This record gives sequence, structure tokens and C-alpha cells, in this order.
Amino acid sequence: MRIPGALLRHSAGRIGLVIIGVLTVAAVLGLLGLTPHDPLAQDRLARLQPPGGSYLMGTDLFGRDILSRLMVGVGQSFTVAFLSVGIAATVGTVLGLTAAWFGGLWDGVAMRMMDVLLAFPAILLALLIVAILEAGMATSVLAIAVVYTPIFTRVARGPALSLKTRSFVDAARTFGSSRRYILTRHLLGDLVAPLTVQFTLALAWALLTEAALSFLGLGTQPPNPSLGLMLSDSRNLMEMAPWMLIFPAAVIMLAVLGFNLLGDALRDIADPRSRRALS
Amino acid sequence: MSYFLRRLAVFPLVMLGVSIFVFIAIRLVPGDAITAMLGTEGGMLTPAQREALTVYFGLDQNWAVQYLRWLGGLFRGDLGISVTYGQPVLQIILERFPLTLQLALMSMVIALLIGLPAGVYAATQADRPSDLLVRVFAMIGQSMPNFVVALLAIYILSVGFGVLPTMGRYVPFREDPFGNLAQMILPAIALGTAFAAAVTRISRAAMLDILSEDYVRTARSQGFSQRYVIWRHALPNALIPVLTLSGVEFGYLLGGAVIVEQIFALPGLGRVVLDAILQRDYALVQGVVLFIAFNFMLVNLLVDLAYAALDPRIRYGDRP
Repeated sequence: MRIPGALLRHSAGRIGLVIIGVLTVAAVLGLLGLTPHDPLAQDRLARLQPPGGSYLMGTDLFGRDILSRLMVGVGQSFTVAFLSVGIAATVGTVLGLTAAWFGGLWDGVAMRMMDVLLAFPAILLALLIVAILEAGMATSVLAIAVVYTPIFTRVARGPALSLKTRSFVDAARTFGSSRRYILTRHLLGDLVAPLTVQFTLALAWALLTEAALSFLGLGTQPPNPSLGLMLSDSRNLMEMAPWMLIFPAAVIMLAVLGFNLLGDALRDIADPRSRRALS
Repeated sequence: MSYFLRRLAVFPLVMLGVSIFVFIAIRLVPGDAITAMLGTEGGMLTPAQREALTVYFGLDQNWAVQYLRWLGGLFRGDLGISVTYGQPVLQIILERFPLTLQLALMSMVIALLIGLPAGVYAATQADRPSDLLVRVFAMIGQSMPNFVVALLAIYILSVGFGVLPTMGRYVPFREDPFGNLAQMILPAIALGTAFAAAVTRISRAAMLDILSEDYVRTARSQGFSQRYVIWRHALPNALIPVLTLSGVEFGYLLGGAVIVEQIFALPGLGRVVLDAILQRDYALVQGVVLFIAFNFMLVNLLVDLAYAALDPRIRYGDRP
């Protein structure tokens, strides 16, 4: 199965790819500092400028360029999302695979620990972790990673349990393959599809959680731009300067939509039975 | 052991794990508890006063003793005293919970009223333009964070209609039902949008699945009308996944809608959690978080049991 080609043939996948592609370019430019204006520079003569002229998306209360701030904000949100979901996927998969493979006490301990984490609504667990550590980008990454680790553990453990009993794994063992080889080569190989789907969908949730934390003032700290903070700033000025609300809102929505579309498309490709149902 | 019994047996164990997790998490917060409790006033304490407070709150004991004391208190319904409110934590929770419960119920009603008909309709129109339209709307709805919906709703109301949502004092339902509903409808819509989108998608998927089943085709071929087949045969079965999804979402909402409650200045559980964390009111954080986790798990347990009872095809072997 060629995933990139299949994604391009899938209509929702195509739209998702375009959205995420455009946002990723903006994010990379933002992170490299290649923005139209300095995202932190205040232009006192151009406060609350409507979109147009040299400020394509207008300016905020301090005369800062919204477009530049959005580019850096998206870069920052994507960084947090990829790092946190990357950590969650790695830790979760290792936990899930080892729990399924070794079973017994380790399986019980690992899965009960995950049950405890799953007993909290996502945002609440993230808030609790942020309360323990200092609010900021690194804490957001850690908090979101902890929140989504149990999901990957379950995604990895379920199929691994059934794979373990299948004949080809027995065959590999008979031929003297080591445990580690079987785990990485066979089990992980079969788990790539469900994990990729979960990874993409988790990116959407991670973006939401990150935006929520910064909206509450517990994520990225000002004056650094972030999507959640920009939305929070727009609250008291939305009547006077609706562009402060509309653009960040549109970007968050598009980013989440893009990852959702990609995730759904990947699920269709990985499991054609779900195609008709959920596309 | 049957699935029911095993599921019931695990519940208290996980709750115990949750209580240990919350207890330790709170104690990992930097700074000593007395200073955190009293804020800047902590600096004015004499060493003797500080010592007395430490003994009073049992902070001179080791963690195990402190935990067992706290746990013992939990069983007596004593969740401790909130420093910021000067009230028992349990009382604060019980005062705020009705608002959160009402908001969660209203959001669920909105989600089901929109999502269920939309999903069923889309399934009967599969692959026609109207189905596509519903799917596009559902996809967009699912990608709208509730705080974005909340802000956009406020913007549309204030600019488009010149009205602002009432955000002053919260009016309880029994005092003024209309005033209360006027205050709660926007937050409920904000929380219900993504929920409705999810219900639409799941009910469409479930209906499509069932409409292609042999027994439905048999019923159609025997001359029963489309409407009869949908209402009598397909819908009851399609409701099972909708029930599961709604239950889990409802459980989430019972934890309080932290951001939406903050945007609309509603004093629900979400607001309490956020304020308690910002104020470092540890007894309150501990109590509310435990309460929310308990509700969340209880709802999930009930949903699982209802699912198992409604759909006997499901065989529960190894836990997924």
C-alpha cells in the first residue's frame, strides 16, 4: 500500500493534505523568523489596524502584526503538538507492546496505571500537570504527552495481544528469532497502520489542548504569540477589531480540520471496511 | 468472572489509584503547603505559628500517614476546607455541581436533537449531495473548539443583533427559569456543537451499517415502507453506538467546561478547578479533581454496562 498516493486519491485526504501543507509552510517560515513583520514589534501608530496595506491581517492592540504572530503561533502550536504526540506515541507503544508480550504482573501494573490516567478528562489532567510544573511550552508538551499516552498504549496492546497468538509469530520463534526482533519486526510492522491513524487524530486533539491551555494563560507565556493567547486577547476587542478573533479562530479550526481529515483518510486507506461508513 | 463483575471490581481499585495519583501530584507542587495556603500572608507568621499550623494540618507526618488521614476523611465525606473560600470543599462542590450538570444535559439534548436526525437522514441519502452536505458540516463542526464557537457566538450576537449574553450574576433555574435558560443557551450551544457533529457522524455510520444488513433488506423486499423499516428495525440498533458516544461525552462535560464556563462567567465545576489551580488552593484542587474523576469513571462504567447489556453480540474477552 502506497500511503501518499492513496491519500492523494482520497478526496478528504487531499483536502487535509493541502490544509496541513499550507499551515506547515507558514509554521516553518514563522519558526525561522521569516515573517512579514517582527511578531513582537509594537507599532504605536498602527494599533488595531484593519486588514490591508502592509498588515494583511491587521494589527492588535499593541500594533503588532497579526499575520506574523499567527505564523509564529502556528509554528509553536505544531511544535508542541508533534513533540507531545511523538512522546505519547513512543512511550504508549512501548508500554502497550511490552504489556501484551510479557503479560502477567507487568501487564496488570501498566494497564491499571493507564486506567488511572484515563479516569481524568483530558483538559483536567493537563491542568493538574501544569499546576505541578511551571506554565510554559515545555510543560505543555509534557502535560499533553501524559494525557494521550494511554490511548497509544491501548491501540498498541489490543492488536499485539491477538498477533502474539498467531502462527507466524510462533513460526518466527521456532526459527530462533529473538523476542526483540519479533517485537520490532512483526508486531510493530502490523501496528504501523492503526498507530499512524491514531497519531494523526491525536495531533488534532493536541492542538486543541495546547490552544486551550494557552487560552487560559497556562501554556505559552506572553509576549510570545500562540493561537490560544491571541483568541483570549480578542475577547474584549472583538466588536472593535473582529480580525483579532476571526483569523486565529480560522487557523485553529483549519489546523484541527486538516488533521481530522488526514486521520479519517488514513483510516479509510488502512481499513477499507470503514470507508463507506465514516468518510 | 463475568464482564459485569470484573468491571465492577476494577472500579474501586482504579479510584484508589486516582486518589493516590491526585494526592502525590498535589504534594509535588513546589513550595511548602503553608506558604501556598496563606500566600503572601505566610511571610508574616512567626516560627511558632508556622509550627502550629504544620501540626494542625498534619503536615509534620510522613506522606503515608497524611494520605491515610485524607482517605479516612474521604469516607466520612470530609474533603477538607478550602482556604480561598473558607468553606468545606464538599459544600463548594455540591453548590457548583447543579450548574455543570444542567450545562452538560442541555449540551447533550442539543447534540442529540441535531445530530441524530442529521445522521439518520444522511444515511438514507448516502452519497447524494444532501449526504455530502451533512458530512461536510459534521466534519467542520467536529473541528471547532468549543471556545472558538463560544467567541464566534458572542461576536455574532453582539455585532449582528446588538445583544450581549447576560454575564453578570448567575441566575439559578428555580429562581428564574427563563433568565437561567437565556444565560445557559449560548454555553450549551458552544459545548454542543462538536458533540452534535460527533453524534451525526456516528449515527450516520451506524445507520449505513444496519441498512446494508440482510434483515433490513429482507424487510424492504417484503414491501415494508422505508420509513417503517428505519423506525422499527434500523434505528433501535443504530442507537447503541450513539448511546456509547453520548455517555462518554456527557462524562467529559460533567467534569466542568473549564474554558466555556470561564468565557461566560458561569460558576460551575470547571471554574472552581481553574480558580483553585491558579490560587493554589490544594484542598480544593484535590477534592474537585477527585470528584470529577469519580463522576467520569462512573458514567463510563454505566455506559459500558449498558452497552454490554444492549448488545449481546459483544463478547468481552481480553480488555482492549
